[in-house]
Amino acid sequence: MSGPSTYEPKTGIERWLDTRLPIVRFMYDTALDFPTPKNLNYWWTFGGILALMLGIQIATGIVLAMHYVPHVDYAFASVERIMRDVNYGWLIRYMHANGASMFFLAVYLHMIRNLYYGSYKAPREVLWILGCLIYLAMMATGFIGYVLPWGQMSFHGAVVITNLFGALPIIGPPITTWLWGGFAVDNATLNRFFSLHYLLPFVIAGLVILHIWALHVPGNNNPTGVNVKSKADTVPFHPYYTVKDGFAIAVFLLLFGAFVFYNPNVLGHADNYIPANPLVTPAHIVPEWYFLPFYAILRAVPDKLGGVLLMFGAIATLFVLPWLDTSKVRSMRYRPTAKWYFWIFIAAALVLGYCGGQLPDNPIIGAPSGLMLFDADINSMVWLSRVATLYFFAYFWIILPVLGLTETPLPVPEGISEPVLSHPATTPSGAAASPEKRG
Amino acid sequence: MGKPPGGPLSKGSFKVADTVVGANPDPHADPSRRDFIHIAAAAGAAGAVVGIAWPLIDQMNPAGDTLALASIEFDLSKVVEGQQVVIKWRGKPLFVRNRTPAEIQKAVATPMSELRDPQTDEARHKPGKPEWLVLIGTCTHLGCVPTFGGGDYGGWFCPCHGSHYDTSGRIRKGPAPKNLAVPDWDFLSDTKIKVG
Repeated sequence: MSGPSTYEPKTGIERWLDTRLPIVRFMYDTALDFPTPKNLNYWWTFGGILALMLGIQIATGIVLAMHYVPHVDYAFASVERIMRDVNYGWLIRYMHANGASMFFLAVYLHMIRNLYYGSYKAPREVLWILGCLIYLAMMATGFIGYVLPWGQMSFHGAVVITNLFGALPIIGPPITTWLWGGFAVDNATLNRFFSLHYLLPFVIAGLVILHIWALHVPGNNNPTGVNVKSKADTVPFHPYYTVKDGFAIAVFLLLFGAFVFYNPNVLGHADNYIPANPLVTPAHIVPEWYFLPFYAILRAVPDKLGGVLLMFGAIATLFVLPWLDTSKVRSMRYRPTAKWYFWIFIAAALVLGYCGGQLPDNPIIGAPSGLMLFDADINSMVWLSRVATLYFFAYFWIILPVLGLTETPLPVPEGISEPVLSHPATTPSGAAASPEKRG
Repeated sequence: MGKPPGGPLSKGSFKVADTVVGANPDPHADPSRRDFIHIAAAAGAAGAVVGIAWPLIDQMNPAGDTLALASIEFDLSKVVEGQQVVIKWRGKPLFVRNRTPAEIQKAVATPMSELRDPQTDEARHKPGKPEWLVLIGTCTHLGCVPTFGGGDYGGWFCPCHGSHYDTSGRIRKGPAPKNLAVPDWDFLSDTKIKVG
C-alpha cells in the first residue's frame, strides 16, 4: 500500500492475473513484504490477535444464527437448545460469548500500547480515529449481542442502556420509542437487535480494512517512538512478524481456551440464565466487565443527563486525544514524568472498572464512616468513582496538554537502531543485530 | 504521431469533441440553462434520497398492532389493603397499590420543599380515593423496576442505581429526576379501573 512494489509474478497464471486484478501483488505487499520496524515488542502483537478474534466471532456468530430464534417467546429456549442439543453447540456458543471478552481484553491492551508509545500522534491521527470507531462499533455489537439470549441481564441491560438516550431533552423520549419499536423493550426490539448484531461485525471488518490501510501509509510506530529512517531500520513483515504474531496468538489462545473449557461462565452473570421478566429487575444489575469503567462514570454523577453526557464524553475524549497531547516525544520511555501520570491513569481506569461492579453505597473498606459529603458517605464506591472519574478526564484534558509543554524529556535516540546496537547485551561478538543486512 | 499538438481538434472527425464537456460551440447560448439542469438533477436526487430514507427510518417506530394494545381493565377487588399488584401494560410493569392510612398520612404530611419534583399527593390519586395509587413501575432514571418496601422513605427503591421513592411514588433521593409516572386511568365502577 506504500512504497514501490517488489512483487514479481513467478508463474504464467500469476502474470496473467497481475495485469487484470493485482490482488496477489496487493496481498504480498501488505502481508508479506511490508517493511516493519525491527524493534517491535510483544505489545505490537495485539493487532494480529484482534484480527483473529474478529474472524472467530464472525465464524461462530454465523453458525449460532443458524440455530437462534429472535423472538421473545423462543430466544431463551433456542439458546438453551444450542447448549444442550445442537452438535457442539455448547462449544460454539462458549467460544462466541468468551470470544467477545477476549476481543475486548485484546483491544484494551492494544489501546494501552497506543497510549504508552504515543502511537496516536502525527502522522497516525486518522489511524487512531479509525481505531476509536472500531472500538465504538465493538461496544455497540457487544451490548446488542448480550441482549439476544433474552435472560434477565439481557433484558434489563437493554432497558437501562436504551433509557440512556431518554436523558436527552426533547428528542430523548421519541428516540427511545424509536429504538424500542414500542412502549418498552419487547419483541420488536429483540428482532432489530438481532438484525444489527449480524450487520455490525461486517461494518467492523470494513473499518479494519481502512485501519490497516491507514497503518500502511505511515507504517508502524515502534517502542522508541522514533521514525524509521532507512530500510536498515526495518525487516519484512514475513517471516519476522508473522512468526512473532503467531507465537503471541498461540499464547493468547491458551488463555481463551482456559476460559472456554474450564470456566466458561465466570465472565458472565448467573442471572442471565433466568428467562427475561419485564416485571422484576435483578437486585444487582451490572453490565459485562468491559463496560464497567463507563458504568462507574455514569453512576458517579448524581444527575441523569450529566451522567449520560459524561459517559459518552469519556469515549468522545479518545477521538480528540491526538490534539490534546502536546508533547512532540511519542514514547513514554523518554517521558519520565508523563510515565507516572500514565500508570496512575491505568490504575484509575481499573478502579473505575472495580467500582462499576459494586453497589454505589458499598463502603470501600470496612464499615461506612458516617461522614456524609454532599449526597453520599465518603467511604463509598460512589466517591471512589468520582475521584477516579476526575482523574480520567484530567489526564486527557489537563495533564497531557500541560505536561507536553512543561516536562523535560530524556534524550531521544537518533534512530531506532541506536538503542539496540548500543546495548551491550544485544551485541555479542560476531552476532549481527540486524540479520536482514547480511545480504 | 508527427502531427503538431493541439491543432487537429477543429478538423474533420475530431469536430464532435467540441460539443461535449466544457467547450461551448455557440457563444450566444444561455449558460444558466446548463446550471439549471445541474441544480434540478441534484435537487431531484436529494429529494428522492430523503423520500426513501424516511420510510426506512420510520419503520422502526411502533407498528400498528403495537399501538393497538393501548388500554387494559383491572379488577381492584383482588388487591387488599397494604398490598400491591404488578400487571403488565404496554410491555411495562404497572403498580396498582392499595395504600394503608399510615402511608397516605405520611405522603400528605410531606412538605413540598423536600421534593425534587414537587407534586401533592392529592394530584397523584383520584379524588376521594386516596388509597388507590396506579403508577407506571419503571424508575425514571433508566427504567428498572423499583421494589416496594425498600429505601429510606417507606415507598419504592430502585436496585439499579439507588433511587428512593416515597409512599406516593415521588422521587426523594438518588439519580432519578422525576416521580414515578401516573398513567391515564379512571374508575369504570367502584372496583373496576381502565388504564390507557
